Formats: sequence, C-alpha cells, structure tokens
Amino acid sequence: MRVLGISAFYHDSAAALVDNGRIVAAAQEERFTRKKHDSRFPHHAVAYCLNAGSITLSDIDFVTFYDKPFLKFERLLETYLSFAPRGYQSFRMAMPLWVREKLFQKGLLGKLLKQSAGEGWDDRKLLFAEHHVSHAASAFFPSPFQDAVVLTMDGVGEWATTSMAIGSGNRLEVQREIHFPHSLGLLYSAFTYYTGFKVNSGEYKLMGLAPYGEPKYVDKILTNLVDVKPDGSFRLNLEYFDYCTGLTMTNGRFDQLFGTPARKSTELLTQHHMDLAASIQVVLEQIVLRIARNLAQETGLPNLCLAGGVALNCVANGKLLRDGSFKRLWVQPASGDAGGALGAALATYHLHKGQPRAPLNGSDQMHGAYLGPEFAQSEIESRLRAVKAKFTVLSDRELIDTCAAALVDEKALGWFQGRMEFGPRALGGRSILGDARSPSMQSVLNLKVKYRESFRPFAPSVLREHVAEWFDLDEDSPYMLLVADVVAGRRVRMTAEQEKLFGIEKLNVPRSDIPAVTHVDYSARIQTVHRETNPRYHALISRFNEMTGCPVIVNTSFNVRGEPIVGTPEDAFRCFMGTEIEALAVGNCFLRKEDQDPTLKLNYETAFELD
Amino acid sequence: MSFFVEFARFLQARKKYWLLPVLVAMLLFGGLLLLAQSSAIAPFIYTLF
Repeated sequence: MRVLGISAFYHDSAAALVDNGRIVAAAQEERFTRKKHDSRFPHHAVAYCLNAGSITLSDIDFVTFYDKPFLKFERLLETYLSFAPRGYQSFRMAMPLWVREKLFQKGLLGKLLKQSAGEGWDDRKLLFAEHHVSHAASAFFPSPFQDAVVLTMDGVGEWATTSMAIGSGNRLEVQREIHFPHSLGLLYSAFTYYTGFKVNSGEYKLMGLAPYGEPKYVDKILTNLVDVKPDGSFRLNLEYFDYCTGLTMTNGRFDQLFGTPARKSTELLTQHHMDLAASIQVVLEQIVLRIARNLAQETGLPNLCLAGGVALNCVANGKLLRDGSFKRLWVQPASGDAGGALGAALATYHLHKGQPRAPLNGSDQMHGAYLGPEFAQSEIESRLRAVKAKFTVLSDRELIDTCAAALVDEKALGWFQGRMEFGPRALGGRSILGDARSPSMQSVLNLKVKYRESFRPFAPSVLREHVAEWFDLDEDSPYMLLVADVVAGRRVRMTAEQEKLFGIEKLNVPRSDIPAVTHVDYSARIQTVHRETNPRYHALISRFNEMTGCPVIVNTSFNVRGEPIVGTPEDAFRCFMGTEIEALAVGNCFLRKEDQDPTLKLNYETAFELD
Repeated sequence: MSFFVEFARFLQARKKYWLLPVLVAMLLFGGLLLLAQSSAIAPFIYTLF
C-alpha cells in the first residue's frame, strides 16, 4: 500500500511517500521553488516523491492531507464569535481567504491532484488527518520504540496546541490535549515577535539569543502571562496577547509589563532583549519538563517521542534528556509542519488501515533524514558544466583527503553529497563545513558566508564514537536536536575582564578547544555522525580527526540568510559564487573559488528577503 | 454540492448545528467582501489561519 502525505497552504509545504510502511521519500517544496517557507501546493515535492518511488499518482492508494480544514474553520469562527466585536479587522482579512479557498480545500486538492494524475485520480483516495495526530504519527511510527509516550507541542493546529498520546505497536491513542488559545508555541512566538524577530522562523534566533541574557523575567512571566499547573498543563492570560483578535502577537499591556514597546527588526538588540530571551527559554523548559515528568510518572513508560514546532527547541530537548524522567528520547527531525506530511501518510497506513509496523531493529526508520533528491555523478558533472563551473573529478579517497585538507586550512567548504535532508537542519548532505578549532571561523561564516546576525552560534558535527570525549552527552543525536555542554576539560575559562564583556562580544572570546561551535554558556547543538547513515560524511570527519586529533567540525546549512537550503548542484554553485565559500565538493567534483571565472560571481548578500 | 453534504456531516459529527446559520451569513458576507476587494491577504500571524 502506497500513501502520499501532503502538508500545504499554511507554511512549509511538503510531500512524503510511504510504501508498505517504509519511508521512501520526503521533501519540502521550498527547496525546489527557492521560496523560503513556500506554502503553495507542493507540486515539485509530489513529483519528486513519485519519481523516487518510480510510480505515478495513479499507483498511490491514498493521499492524506495533514490537517482538517473544517475543524480549523470551526476554531476560527468560535474564536471570532467569542471575542466579537473585537477582532473585526482580523476577521475581515481572514474570511475572504476562507470563503474563497480554504473552506473548499478538499475540492481544491482533488483538482490539483487530478491535474497531476489525469484520469487515474479518484477523489475517494483523498483523506485528512488531524494536525496533531499527524505530528504524533511522525514522532512515534519512525521511532525505534515499540511503546512510548508521544508529546506534540506547537503553535496551533485545528484546536490542539499540545497533545499527549500513547503509542504502542501500530496504535497511537491521544490521551489529552490542550486547546487554542492556550499554546506554548504561541507563547514562545509572542516573545519572538516582541524581540523583533519573524514569527514562525525567528524562534531559533530567540533560542540562540537566550544564553547571552539573565532569566530575570521568569517570575514576571509565570505570575502574569501563564498559569502552569502541577501536571504541566497551562493557561495563558489573554489580556496580554493580541493573536486571537488582532494582527500582532502581543498588545500594549504586554509592552507595559516589560517596560518597552516591541522591538522593530531594524533596531539594535539590547541586554533587555537577551534577558527576555533567556527568561522565556527558562519558562518553556520548566513547562516541558513538568509535562514530561508527569507523563513519565503517570504511564511508567521509559520512552518519549516528540514532534511539533516546540520540539525543535533543542535546548529544552537536551534538558529533558538530562532530567532523566524518560530513559530514552526520540525527536522527529522534521518536527515542524513539513513533517506533518510524513505523519499524515504514516497515520493513514498504521491507524486508518491498521497495517503493522516493520520489526524494530534498534535504529529509527528515518534513514538519517536523508530522504530528499540526489544526483548521479554524471548528472552532477553535466549540470556543473552547463553553469560554466570549473571542477576536478576526484576518486572517493582523493575527495576525502582534499576536503579534509581544505578544512584544516580553515577554508569554508561547501559540501553537497547524496540525498537531501528532510527537515530544517542540514546534516552533512547540503552543508557548509569549517574547522571547529578556529577562533575566527564563527564570525567569518556568519558575516562573510551566511550573511546573518553575528550572535548566532554554529553547530558541531562529531563522530558518534567520540561524542562523549568532547561533550556531556553519550547518546545518538543524529538530527542536531539535542544541546549539551562541551566537557569541562576542553573549556577555556573566561578572565574576569572577559566576563564583563557585553553579550555578543563574549562570542568572540575562545571558550573551548572548539570555539567555533561553543556558545557563550559552553553549550553546543550536537549532531552525531554515524557511519551507517552517512558513510561519506563520516569518512570526511574521520580523516579530519586523523590529521588534527579533533573529530568535530562546524556544520551549517548550505544557504545564506533567507535562502532555502540548496537543492541542486546549480543552487550549490550559485551560493558558492555568491558568498566567500572557498571550496565546494559536489559528489566527486571538487571546485576551488580561485579556479572559477570571476565574471560568474554573484551579489548574494541582498539576493534574498531577510528572515 | 458535495461541499455542503460534507459540511452537514461535519456539523452532525461535531454536534455544532449552530454554526450553520453563521456559515450561511459568512458566505453571504464573504461574497460581499470578495466583491468589495480585489485580493484577500492572509493576516500577519499566518499560523492561525
């Protein structure tokens, strides 16, 4: 049985193909259309999935959309009615869209699918899964667990903002939910908005900003904004938020509470914003930990699965793991709405059709999240030739040696290999790599390669077999979703003078043997690299380790700020020519910047709308 | 037509018949809004919509 899952029309459209329970392919539409967070119907991602499965749409048994439009409409109407006449402006803007389009999503989807499949399409194949069931299915069914508690937390789906379920074999039963407008994701997004970042994409930045601040507003938040019960359930005080009726997340009372108006994106970040980031991070962690502890006690189960946008808060995930209320933790790498496509397909296969899960073998079913398109060597060469790239074709051994040497020389290396990752993180398929030991690498990558804010830290890729020697972690973290500290023996203490430095200035002080990936609080967002799932990337870091004694490198996504991660060799070449990336490996093709035609250089700094 | 059948089933399943007159009013009102403006712009906080 083949099921195609689709998420679309809100943000991060994606498609995923499940064939007899096996995840064959999954990809986000933005990678094909080059429009960040593209929300349109994922024509390209669907075509890719069908191509990867060597099938056409008429071979698909079910197509499942990742949420239920009628239920969402019900929530919207009830929300507007309960707040009326407030909210008229928002109502007036939202409803034409619903009346024209979103209410008729089934017909629209049928039409779009018919366009792709022609006469082979039958509307009865189209199903809808609840938003949080999609998230929960994406968290549980690919996990390495037979039984687990499944916790999903995000902004909002239809009604649910948090759901707690028990997964067992091929079953998944939702135990309870917290409903809109009480939402942990929206609480965090309110602070994202208030500190001047974009809602739905700036949450990572807020998390990255938190270590620069003092959590001095925790009590204020817990006293005024959110009432947390002993079991972790919570209610927001809506007097401070505007999202139910207005066009912003927070209101004037919120501004008064924290003493300043919301920061505009062009204004300078101050210690006040860093303190707010630190405070909301602590509150989020407290709530997540309380929910988890309660669930562990209540169910007695040792395994926890997470999904939903809040599960991308890897700092909270790290705390959850160290808390020990659950012995094992598995987080869906595509925890945002794109992953809903995969969950919708899995929910159909296991829950709706009652099909069994494949026998567990100790590892998860995500294939390292390498579920996207790949290119044969001959195709890479012809594509690169077509864009006038100058390259050398190397043997596997030569490629690894040359790339490792480039890293040792502190070069920024573009690394485009194998299948593209599914989810927001680059995991050694579409990455920019650097030497983690270099004190200047962080600012060079931020300012000259990624063109992004200088406060943002980079993440390390470390060989799984060496992770415990460098970080306070001895678990698999293949999806860069756990944060842990650099081990004490590899830290460099800051002097009293350095301690006095203002927030961001601290980042330039080397704080460990691997300063490029060590945040100001000594934390790091870790990716463990496994020979089984990405042998070439493992070989590269192993060679780097042989040359330097360091099995850790910098890994950041292959894009610039505001650009979707590169999807094709041409995208990679453009990004290479538009930034100060010095070397590029695409398959077995190796490119040096100095060999390229200088007239092909692009102005990439302003090529994309800032996120 | 199938939309109305499905929406009726939805109201029945959710036992929220009171939404029906609201929907009818909405469709009329929405129609007016559509006539009144050329483009429907999603509100700022697009997660909610």
